[in-house]
Amino acid sequence: MSALSYQPILPRPAPRHASGALAWLRSNLFSDVKTGLSTIILGGLLLWFIPPFLNWSLFNAVWTPDVQACRAVQESAACWGVIAEKYRLIIFGRYPFDQQWRPLIATVLMMLMLVASCIRVFWKPWLAGSWIAVLTVFFILMYGNSLGLAKVPTDSWGGLPLTILLATLSIVMAFPIALLVALGRRADLPAIRVFCSLYVELIRGVPLISVLFMASFMFPLFMPPGLTIDVLIRVLVGITLFNAAYLAEVVRGGLQAVPKGQIEAAATLGLSYWQIQRKIVLPQALAMVVPSIVNSIIATFKDTSLVSIVSLYELTGALDMAINADANWKPFKLQGYMFIAIIYFIFCFSMSRYSQWVERQVNKSKLR
Amino acid sequence: MSLKSAPKKKRWSWRSQAFRGLIYQIVAIGVIVLGVWFLASNTLTNMRVRGIQSGFDFLNQPAGFSIGESLFPFDSAESYWRAFWVGLANTLRVAVVGIILATLLGTVIGIGRFSRNALVRGLCSTYVECFRNIPVLLQLLMWYLLLTEMLPSIQNAWQAGPFFLSKGGFNYPIPIWQAGHAWALAGLVIGIALAWLYHGWARRQFEATGIIKSMFWVPLGVVLASALLAWLLGGAPSALDSPVKGEFSVENGGALTPEFLAMLLGLTIYTASFISEVVRSGIASVSRGQTEAAAALGLDPGLEIRLIVLPQALRVIIPPLTNQYLNLTKNSSLAVAIGYPDLISIANTAMNQTGRAVECIAIVMAVYLTISLLTSLLMNSYNKRVAIQER
Amino acid sequence: MNLKKLKAAAAVVATVGTLIAAPAQAGKTLDAVKAHGQVVCGVHTGLAGFSAADSAGKWAGLDVDICRAVAAAVLGNSEKVKYVPLTAQQRLTALQSGEIDLLSRNTTFTLTRDASLGLNDTVVTYYDGQGFIVPKRSKITSAKQLKNQTVCVQSGTTTEKNLTDYSKANNLNIKTVVFEKEEAATAAYFAGRCISYTTDASGLASIRNKVAPVPADHLILPELVSKEPLGPMVRRGDDEWFAIVKWVIYGLIEAEEYGITQAQVDQLKASSQNPAVKRILGSGDDTGKLLGLDKDWMSNALKATGNYGEIFERNVGPKSALGLPRGLNNQWNKGGLMYAYPLR
Repeated sequence: MSALSYQPILPRPAPRHASGALAWLRSNLFSDVKTGLSTIILGGLLLWFIPPFLNWSLFNAVWTPDVQACRAVQESAACWGVIAEKYRLIIFGRYPFDQQWRPLIATVLMMLMLVASCIRVFWKPWLAGSWIAVLTVFFILMYGNSLGLAKVPTDSWGGLPLTILLATLSIVMAFPIALLVALGRRADLPAIRVFCSLYVELIRGVPLISVLFMASFMFPLFMPPGLTIDVLIRVLVGITLFNAAYLAEVVRGGLQAVPKGQIEAAATLGLSYWQIQRKIVLPQALAMVVPSIVNSIIATFKDTSLVSIVSLYELTGALDMAINADANWKPFKLQGYMFIAIIYFIFCFSMSRYSQWVERQVNKSKLR
Repeated sequence: MSLKSAPKKKRWSWRSQAFRGLIYQIVAIGVIVLGVWFLASNTLTNMRVRGIQSGFDFLNQPAGFSIGESLFPFDSAESYWRAFWVGLANTLRVAVVGIILATLLGTVIGIGRFSRNALVRGLCSTYVECFRNIPVLLQLLMWYLLLTEMLPSIQNAWQAGPFFLSKGGFNYPIPIWQAGHAWALAGLVIGIALAWLYHGWARRQFEATGIIKSMFWVPLGVVLASALLAWLLGGAPSALDSPVKGEFSVENGGALTPEFLAMLLGLTIYTASFISEVVRSGIASVSRGQTEAAAALGLDPGLEIRLIVLPQALRVIIPPLTNQYLNLTKNSSLAVAIGYPDLISIANTAMNQTGRAVECIAIVMAVYLTISLLTSLLMNSYNKRVAIQER
Repeated sequence: MNLKKLKAAAAVVATVGTLIAAPAQAGKTLDAVKAHGQVVCGVHTGLAGFSAADSAGKWAGLDVDICRAVAAAVLGNSEKVKYVPLTAQQRLTALQSGEIDLLSRNTTFTLTRDASLGLNDTVVTYYDGQGFIVPKRSKITSAKQLKNQTVCVQSGTTTEKNLTDYSKANNLNIKTVVFEKEEAATAAYFAGRCISYTTDASGLASIRNKVAPVPADHLILPELVSKEPLGPMVRRGDDEWFAIVKWVIYGLIEAEEYGITQAQVDQLKASSQNPAVKRILGSGDDTGKLLGLDKDWMSNALKATGNYGEIFERNVGPKSALGLPRGLNNQWNKGGLMYAYPLR
């Protein structure tokens, strides 16, 4: 047997530098033939379409509210002058022109409140009180009729304040209803379970627009003769009932995910049904479904655009009203649509980013 | 020491949970019945005082309005009943086609988000974020505006052979029905039966010998060949009703109106962005170990997706997918804003002409409830069949 | 859980509930108007010449002036009106439900609306007809040339039905594209989606002047395919309010017949010797008392808006933006159909 001899092998070359922009490009865009080919084709298409689009929308566009200039470049450039001319009508609707500082302040306050409610630093007991205060100030500013402010009836409210008001109020009012309905669906009492299930399945099976039609055409018939309800309240009730059904399903999913052992342990400790729900079940359940709840809020915000079909002039309806009646600016309606699309996008995108942040926070407790 | 017997639980005491439950339920039922009765009596009173007539008898009266587009011919002298059916057919038409297209587009984009190509990933993410965050009504209005403003007028319609595209819509030739087409249909049915038999035979071969037979292309070929053969046997009828550009409109042929196209585009693109998220979360839920094990076993990517990833992913995908299908169907009710004559638009017209608001809204809600229930049932049964159940 | 007990309990509650009857009372509109201190008037969302709000929120138009006349007659002040803009779909249910007291929104009087919707037609304030508008480049000069064409129309109006009837009667096979909102319908027409748009001829004039990009490019076809008597409507079940609205309008028309203009009301009230004029203005018999109003009901109305002719001239007449001729809306003794019942 020959002795094993040690055969040194040449050292291999050091690994290729795998970081940096070039390496990223190589691994992500040109890793193999097929990928490289698709990058080239897609990149080519993008390069072909994007510069003309940028030219149309930004570089050659008209930014001043000048009808002649806009008409002159109509075929080749966007006319953002229509926004410069009509933005007050679009954002504030039919609110009297000289009083528009009121909805401006009210909206800014409400948005500040919403942002503050999202930041952990502000999650203190006085948050609920300040919410009530801000809502009261909002209504006083918008409606007036006191403190020396002129009265502005609710059918003149419109635009962005109306959108935010409808979305916020309907979520705030729908949440307690949703909690009760979700608990009711899981209750032991068959009558309550049946009613809650019927309510949820009925509302979830029909489109929001039919609920809005019902609210605006049929609610007046439901009331005793002589009693009329404001159209804003009718629509608000309709949207609230609609949202409550969807939120109830979301909360029910969370309730189902709470282990049964929790409830049994709480029962052995002698807690009553409501104490168990309040202290043990709901905190765990709601924490699990916060992303879905934020999704519901985003959906509600988008659904407020439907009230323009029952003639409440929120953002989409205010745009129609602002531009349709004015023959000068009518050809530039597309730019108007893009403007409010950007507004909606900013709101909804921020909310979805926030929901991802919340999900990460909640999952922190699960990381070992 | 004698054991005292447990105190008798009084059946009707407040301490008994069963009794309390009964009282709560009686109170709840009482409140709800009272509420419903209050609303109903107010409605009846209001209708009587104002002389508004009620009842469903108006459904048999002639409608008196015509409908812009419908699957089957509708004349204004026909009853409201038939008008509602036309509306329902229009709703289902846009919903079914929309569901199919949205699923395809959504799946492609959902899978695209896992691509190795960063450009593809970025484009798919941009698409999803862009179309998810804008309300669907706004998207429908924008598409309709684009279609009516950007497309050329009928005099200058874009033409490609017998196809026309203009502000009046998309016109295409349709075959004129003759006996030979019935032959072709019969051949199609026979082809499907033959393909089914082949499917069973190929599966048995696979289980016996392990040799994989083509499960898609051969059956498809069989179906098409059988239909073609039958069509030839039936006399090969090929007469087409082609659209002809008239003075102000394109006549003859089949047409897809701009309203239908706008609805389809808007709903498909909006729902596809949600479906892609659902598909993405489904595929992401399958653990990496599964794909690695499949690779270790030597399965090629096609088989791996079909046999390993998809069945596990479908379990997570199908319930939210059902939700998206229902959302698409319900969003089709927004057709009333752009002039597509769907069920709600026709109910609206009927409501205005007859004044029977309660009845029309009740019909609409009942129809949508039925559609939702049927879709849920269908998807639930598909779910049970296809997705694997754990022990 | 004992379901049987539950069912029994439910049955008991239901029976008890149905035994309690709800009291029913028809609302008295005049009392409500006086209590609220304003007339709630349903108007168009924006139809130039009939009811439209300018950017400062001030309403003007023929229908608006009728509302103001009624408010002046009932409450003494023509500014005490709350205007509720309504779409075509909402207008009838808003009136039925009691949300508004008076619907002054160029609404056609038809049998269906009178008989089956619980509404009452008062007096025709504008005799109109339905017409078509086409672009001049289409070279269409008659409605009969619309064979197989697409026409845009708004839902919820008599227009849709009339279009179908006309199409059937003349074998035109017109394809309708129906929109919920009038703005969407006119936008589709001006974009070129349809070759024509149809509504009342007065509405066509208003749209051509205010909404068309180039008004001269459009032609209103000469055919009027239907009779559209437009006027205010009220709810059934309140004959008192019905009489008030009816006679205010007749008063406005009769005032033109007797030459009472807005500027001359006070002077004629003091000095006129014509018994008919004195009755209208309240210096003769007290006709207001019979209606539940005060003596100066008609003179208040006339001071606020002027007589029917002045209202017409100001809003839709030949010198206004719409430029519509008096035509059928002239006095009966001048070749038109406006025939006021005598206020006596």
